[in-house]
Amino acid sequence: MTLAVLNIDWQTLADALALGGIYALMAVGIGLVFGVLRLVNFAYGQLIMAGAYALAFASQWDLPRWVGILFCFGVVLALSVAMDLLVFRPLRTQSPAVMLVATFAIAFLLQSIALLAFGPLGKIASSLAPLNRPVTISGVDIRKIAIVSIVVAVVCLLLLQLLLTRTAVGLQMRAASLDFGTARLLGVRANRVIGGAVLVSGVLAAVVAVMLTVQNPLVTPDFALRDTIVVLAGVVLGGLNRPIPATLGGFSIGFASGLLGGALPTNQSQYLPTFLFAAVILVLLVRPNGLFTRRQQAERV
Amino acid sequence: MKRLVPVVQLAAPAALVVAAALIGTLVSQSSEGYFIDSLVKVSIVVALYVFIGNSGVLSFGHVSFVALGAWVAGVLSVPVSEKPAIMPNLAGFLRDRTVGNVPSLALAALVGGVFALVVGLALMRLSGLAAGIATFAVLEITHNVIRYYEKIGPGLNAFSSVPETTGLWQATLGALLVIGVAYAYQRSRFGRLLRATREDSAAASAVGVSVYRQRLGAFVLSGVLAGFAGGLYVHLLPVNSESVYLDLTFITLAMLVVGGATSLWGAVVGALAVSALDSFLANAENGVSLFGGTLDLPAGTRLVVVGALMALVLIARPSGITGGREFPVGWLRR
Repeated sequence: MTLAVLNIDWQTLADALALGGIYALMAVGIGLVFGVLRLVNFAYGQLIMAGAYALAFASQWDLPRWVGILFCFGVVLALSVAMDLLVFRPLRTQSPAVMLVATFAIAFLLQSIALLAFGPLGKIASSLAPLNRPVTISGVDIRKIAIVSIVVAVVCLLLLQLLLTRTAVGLQMRAASLDFGTARLLGVRANRVIGGAVLVSGVLAAVVAVMLTVQNPLVTPDFALRDTIVVLAGVVLGGLNRPIPATLGGFSIGFASGLLGGALPTNQSQYLPTFLFAAVILVLLVRPNGLFTRRQQAERV
Repeated sequence: MKRLVPVVQLAAPAALVVAAALIGTLVSQSSEGYFIDSLVKVSIVVALYVFIGNSGVLSFGHVSFVALGAWVAGVLSVPVSEKPAIMPNLAGFLRDRTVGNVPSLALAALVGGVFALVVGLALMRLSGLAAGIATFAVLEITHNVIRYYEKIGPGLNAFSSVPETTGLWQATLGALLVIGVAYAYQRSRFGRLLRATREDSAAASAVGVSVYRQRLGAFVLSGVLAGFAGGLYVHLLPVNSESVYLDLTFITLAMLVVGGATSLWGAVVGALAVSALDSFLANAENGVSLFGGTLDLPAGTRLVVVGALMALVLIARPSGITGGREFPVGWLRR
């Protein structure tokens, strides 16, 4: 099985960039919470799923588009805060493995609640569909959402960079992710920093929910589940400990997945997850701490 | 009396399995299926325990060994005459052969072990989160391949016409066998060395224990057991690629965690307790009479309750309902 001749057109490239951008945002959302809590949030995809359902209901009720988007943000933020209070807070002192299994359970719980409440068939979020139409730029058709996603991702990442480097809470977040104990001794308030990280990560989840729903208007209980698994792999690939490597990891895996998905013929693209995850395993073997980080020394006693 | 301690610690989980089997013989034909299913789950969860419990390293990938075991035993057990109908694209050497029940289980165990060895040689160098994500990657790859590669199985279809030899007897014997192997391993030198690395990997390597080798050994053994359990599973019901994927990963991890991941007793108790709850809820989704009234739950309640239970146990009692200890035998030590 070899890669066929890569026939990449502009549409595929734009879609791949857009997917990379969306995955980068998800990677930052997961990475920020990991930074302050040392917790990999497996249930991040279910935040996005909840936002997508909010959009679907908003379009079912014929709410104006901006109200629907506000509703989506409200639902996702409320769920993030609830998750922090009910799950992350009691688990803070546990080992990373216990926290990972716990968020895995929460992911399943939320997914099965959605299945129970909204049924397996899914709902259509149609109000944002016009964004999915192509525009023609000098003879090349590109879907509007691809352009919007790329722009939104770049803007969000720039804003985030400003937040992390220019504001007090951002600096405190970075300090906390380097060494939480020392940061607290120097007067960083733990709950404030964690709350801030959870909120920012929730905002990113809502943004991602809007963009993914435009691309895929059929909202089912397993919405964004596959994306989360891929992004988690990407985040670990890039390096979990710092926001920029995590973002790069998310972007690379999204870009690679979009490019391969578009360029491979159908009978090979069904094996796309195999190629992708085999690459992840290979990279982890060579650089267990991540691609974009400095090599770390062995754990010291 | 002290000599009795290891005997009791093996006998307690075995007795629990036998008790479940005995109750299974008493109930109606339609409920018997739940008992057989829960005994197969015991095999899967104990296989998980052999690696996760003893090493303390998380693995999301064990269901891929179960899947492979199910595929091997399933493909080899379908009668030759029926293979073209459900698996038209099968490779030649699989198409023209059929083996009996016991050889198919042995081959499932063998292939599970070989796959675990190949995977483990690479992955056991990792630990912590990288290990968790990498084992997840293995699960994704396995699922993707068995779903679309029709030369080795039915692809998107289910394994129909596999002889349904996993009755109550086979499920019980299988579970007892798996428990016996797991117990022998954890009492052995290797099991103790691996648990030493779990408690303090730096100290263990300082006294000359190879963390890599001990983990690899347990990984391969648990791959063998998981493959075997997969064989049992495919002989129980028509497995397809979705039934050995995320849902099974979730429910078996939930069983292990709820019971208590660090003891054999916990693995068995967790598997049977969660199975009991799960079967009761599955029944209740079809409506059961309870305390004079009728309980009729909407379909899908099952996963909600099990998910909530798993989350609650992790938050309130992270070491599981048994506390991660073997069967309490303090009274024997006096």
